[in-house]
Amino acid sequence: MANPTITVGNGNATEVIQTSGDKADANVTPRRHLLDLDDLSTKEITDLLDSAAGMLEITNRDVRKTPALRGKTIITMFFENSTRTRVSFEQAGKILGADVINVTASASSVSKGESLLNTVKTLQAMQIDALVVRHPHSGAPYFISNHTDASVVNAGDGTHAHPTQSLLDLFTVRTHVGDIAGKKIAIVGDVLYSRVARSDILAFQKMGAEVTVSCPNTLLPDEWQLGTTLDASTGFGGLKLARNVDDAVEGADVVMALRIQQERQDAGHLPSLREYSDRWGINAKRMALANDGALLMHPGPMNEGVEISSDVAHGAQSVVEEQVRNGVAVRMAVLYTLCAPGKSSRLSGGDEA
Amino acid sequence: MPVTGRHNGVHLANEIDRVLLTQDDIRRAMTRISHEILEQNRASSDLVLVGLQTRGVHLARRLAENIERIEGFKPVVGTLDPRLWRDDPDVASSHPLLPSDIPNGVDGKPVVIVDDVLYTGRTIRAAMEALLDFGRASRIQLAVLVDRGHRELPIRPDFIGKNVPTARGERVQVRITEIDGDDAVVLGRES
Repeated sequence: MANPTITVGNGNATEVIQTSGDKADANVTPRRHLLDLDDLSTKEITDLLDSAAGMLEITNRDVRKTPALRGKTIITMFFENSTRTRVSFEQAGKILGADVINVTASASSVSKGESLLNTVKTLQAMQIDALVVRHPHSGAPYFISNHTDASVVNAGDGTHAHPTQSLLDLFTVRTHVGDIAGKKIAIVGDVLYSRVARSDILAFQKMGAEVTVSCPNTLLPDEWQLGTTLDASTGFGGLKLARNVDDAVEGADVVMALRIQQERQDAGHLPSLREYSDRWGINAKRMALANDGALLMHPGPMNEGVEISSDVAHGAQSVVEEQVRNGVAVRMAVLYTLCAPGKSSRLSGGDEA
Repeated sequence: MPVTGRHNGVHLANEIDRVLLTQDDIRRAMTRISHEILEQNRASSDLVLVGLQTRGVHLARRLAENIERIEGFKPVVGTLDPRLWRDDPDVASSHPLLPSDIPNGVDGKPVVIVDDVLYTGRTIRAAMEALLDFGRASRIQLAVLVDRGHRELPIRPDFIGKNVPTARGERVQVRITEIDGDDAVVLGRES
């Protein structure tokens, strides 16, 4: 974990990914897992976002309940702390009518030393339909997906991916600007360790946006150079690495600040949080460089006064709370898409009624 | 080798396809249904037309325009995607879920569910259940452009454009200008 590298569909993981990419029709082999966005076609992503729009309407109703996943069991298994992601998945499952059971590492047999494999096998034996996993080790959800019949949803694994966060970020931006293609996205923060950075760069690039990142040199993968544009061999072709934050933010349609963790300072990546705030923090002065009406995003939880100043975090351009609200709708779309199809064929009739 | 051509002004993709309703037939049927809805509901201005995604929505809008022309008021048109209430998720998830929206709800109002084809009745059951979450309608009725039979549930439409006896292996395709570029109902084979 000392020096993680950022890769796309790396090594062993690729073998596990289902190949229902651009060529294959998603309707022919229904997707079972959501582990990363790199193997999703733009159509699959668009379909998920379209469905999320329908789901969002349900979350705004007086009666927030549907029988779509009635009788299905979803387990959220979090080996790392989380508030919004876990609650978001739980609420999404419950609105769809599924039974949601939450397992946290500290309160489970994991704390007695049970291996990940045995934990999964135990849960598998209880006839579950979906397993939502957050794990500090990159690739843990891939591993799990190989040992269970349930649908596995990656809710964040190590420094690797956080696909539902990226989907909700895409959804939030799309709600405000319409077509994402051609839009300028500035991502400011810990690119080296952040799974949100990696997933979001991938997601926004996939949908045709122009992505620029800004961060201290020490929080960039070794082989990347500030002031350059990456070529396709890196898997992030066209990604601009701005020399300073002002260059990244200038003319941007979306400014996204990422959380800086105290551990980074302790590990020597940052001289001090105060210096980070000074040079990379998003404040009103920096937001003024972005396009008029640019969106300010943050995946949360925010360190106000470090990577984002309080006034802009709660200001008119901030869509941080909207991101959280959209998160439920997006996760409903994901759970519905993974859990609903192919599990039942009681009706053999046509598509009319 | 499929033969394409025009029959009664309707474009067909296949020689075994048969035109059930032409554009004029559909217009006349929709006009008749509009009158029937008004008659049955005594021209209630509370009337809500709920179109089922996607073609039912456009048909509901047409009915609303007809009613405005006939009676001088325009009923509220709502949209509903009842997919999450279906009991057959295989059919359910092939397209993205579409938004449901019924302005001002349905509490105490007469509702007409509008769909293009009535077949097994399972969509309508799901739609009725979904509708209950929007409030307690004073009455729910059903208008369909085509009733092709083969019901699997005790559901009967109140307003019918055309009854079409079909075999299960056949496919009733409703084409409407807003989506498909022309108006027609075509009977073909399940592909």
